[in-house]
Amino acid sequence: MKKTLAAALALVMTLFGASALADTVKIGVFEPASGDNGAGGKQEVIGIEYANSVVPTVEVGGKTYDVELVIVDNQSATDKAVSAAQELVDAGVSIVLGSYGSGVSMAGGEVFADAEVPAIGCSCTNPGVTSLCDYYWRVCFLDPFQGTVMANFAKDEFGAKTAYVLSQLGDDYTTGLATYFAKAFEEMGGTVINEQFTEGTSDYTAYLTNAVNGGADVIFCPTSTTVASLLINQAASMNIALPLLAGDTWESSVILDAAKGTSLTICMSTFFDENDESSTEAAEFVKGFKAWLNANADKKTNNGGNDIVAAVSALGYDAYMVAIEAIKAADSIEGAAIAEALPTVVTTGVTGSISFDEIGDANKDMAYIKKANTETVAFDFVKTQTVAELAE
Amino acid sequence: MFDKILPYLLSGISVGGQYALIAVGYTMVYGILRLINFAHGDIFTAAGFFMVYLCTALPVQISIPLVIILTVLLGFTVERIAYKPLRSAPRMSVMISAIGVSYLLQNLMWYVTGGLAKQYPTIPWISNSITIGTATTKVVTLITPLLTILLVIALVTIIQKTKIGMAMRAVSKDFETAQLMGIKIDSVISTTFIIGSLLAAVGSVLYFSNYTSVTPTVGAMPGLKAFVAAVFGGIGSIPGAVIGAFIIGICENIIKALGYTTFSDAFTFALLIVILLFKPTGLFGEKTSEKV
Repeated sequence: MKKTLAAALALVMTLFGASALADTVKIGVFEPASGDNGAGGKQEVIGIEYANSVVPTVEVGGKTYDVELVIVDNQSATDKAVSAAQELVDAGVSIVLGSYGSGVSMAGGEVFADAEVPAIGCSCTNPGVTSLCDYYWRVCFLDPFQGTVMANFAKDEFGAKTAYVLSQLGDDYTTGLATYFAKAFEEMGGTVINEQFTEGTSDYTAYLTNAVNGGADVIFCPTSTTVASLLINQAASMNIALPLLAGDTWESSVILDAAKGTSLTICMSTFFDENDESSTEAAEFVKGFKAWLNANADKKTNNGGNDIVAAVSALGYDAYMVAIEAIKAADSIEGAAIAEALPTVVTTGVTGSISFDEIGDANKDMAYIKKANTETVAFDFVKTQTVAELAE
Repeated sequence: MFDKILPYLLSGISVGGQYALIAVGYTMVYGILRLINFAHGDIFTAAGFFMVYLCTALPVQISIPLVIILTVLLGFTVERIAYKPLRSAPRMSVMISAIGVSYLLQNLMWYVTGGLAKQYPTIPWISNSITIGTATTKVVTLITPLLTILLVIALVTIIQKTKIGMAMRAVSKDFETAQLMGIKIDSVISTTFIIGSLLAAVGSVLYFSNYTSVTPTVGAMPGLKAFVAAVFGGIGSIPGAVIGAFIIGICENIIKALGYTTFSDAFTFALLIVILLFKPTGLFGEKTSEKV
């Protein structure tokens, strides 16, 4: 009796175990859930999780595989990112999505390349992410474009002649974007005052005073959201009248909370606008995503407690869909095969059509500029800007 | 000209006051135990989180005293659990224990908060804006140096005039002899930690009212700079720590005003090295003579 039971049990277990192993494809989610960029990372993750709930399976070789997300926290730190990336590789993921933050993406890139696991960046905008790593692709636009867009906006909208540019020393995203902004702004005949702060700085009043004393017309400060909340708070208590401009990172509820009730002007460029109804994919995504958020209390908390659709969530969704397409195109769950198929993938995502150039960047040519409304505590859409318009 | 310098001076004095409140905690513990309490910066951060969480349920007037009590309890507990059992161990072991406590606290806070920055509650009146000349700042910027000086005067009075103060001075002069004279070492040390934590709690309320986001590692930088201030003033000397803190706070901001923003932190630590080279006992440090 005992023997039969044991045998039956073993049989069940092998069957179950084998079937569970054979029919699952793992997608790694390489995002910060803590540290300076934790808030944004969590929003990107929920975009990916929503995509997973919409398309939970993928067909490979005539067999249906369940998609399992393996989520790790890279803590927004380049030193922690390497071990987080290694954790994903050890878990046997076929493809990786993320990360929010260019620095951590570059740090993880080497690990993925060594393991021949392709990675798709959702919102990392530094050119180095893809150009320095053969296994990295991305679905968003790049910092040279974003910096140029904001430089033009500063000149057109505010008639700025002098810009104060503030970035964090040693952070790939902020220094990169600040450099491209400064370059574009100087090419248009403007003057740039460049200053940098070190990680862990809490007092920004001296920097803001420098901006005012330096005669700046705008402040460009593409910092992390943690720094942004301090910066906005101090700017408000100092009654700074200069507009604060930043990059995609600032499109976050952290910014809205900090700016609430102040008289500051805060504008940023971003990838997506939830009220843009020109695309059916986007409209459908916004509707579905909001319903999903409102049905899952913990996901809503991760979104900052509201159902405003962040651009990074939309990019997370798109990156997941591109990954699924790539797995289908490769007809394999092997990382190397997927990497080979990725460049050929062309889809229409919620943030626009996605196809890759030879470096691995998406051919994106449009940015949305938004303004933080300090009364309604929401982002107001200002305008869209394309590369073509800039060239004129 | 003065209009342009004023904002820098204001923030320098305010930052200096905050460093001073932390620095006193470092310097007192060092004076008595010859221990650099690396966990002090994290106790300061913990006080910030206590306030964030208490304020979600209670009004500010009740939260602030509760934060101070909780922080004092935390400081007391850390001493009893991590330092007291090592009283007769080599000084290096206690130091390593302190580093361990520091990381433990940091990681605990990381675990509890999920690692995201928390917005510090707005305290009525002291968070308001105020205009002085051409500079606009928060009321807390002005209160910080005043409150710091008041607290330090009170502390010095306690040390000079009261019985427990006398005991503290005795212990800091000679640990073993004081014990032989019947001073209860443990209660003196506990008092030291209680005062240090109390000042850290007050410092944290002032600091976070100015810089309103709390993260698990936010105490590291001010903690480190307060330590430099304590060394600069002569570690073990309370007025020294306060003066050192103000000098560092003001110098940092003047360096930023001169346009060398990148080097403001480097300056603080370069100062530490220079002091250790030329005046190892600091501005007001006691000269130690070898006992035979």
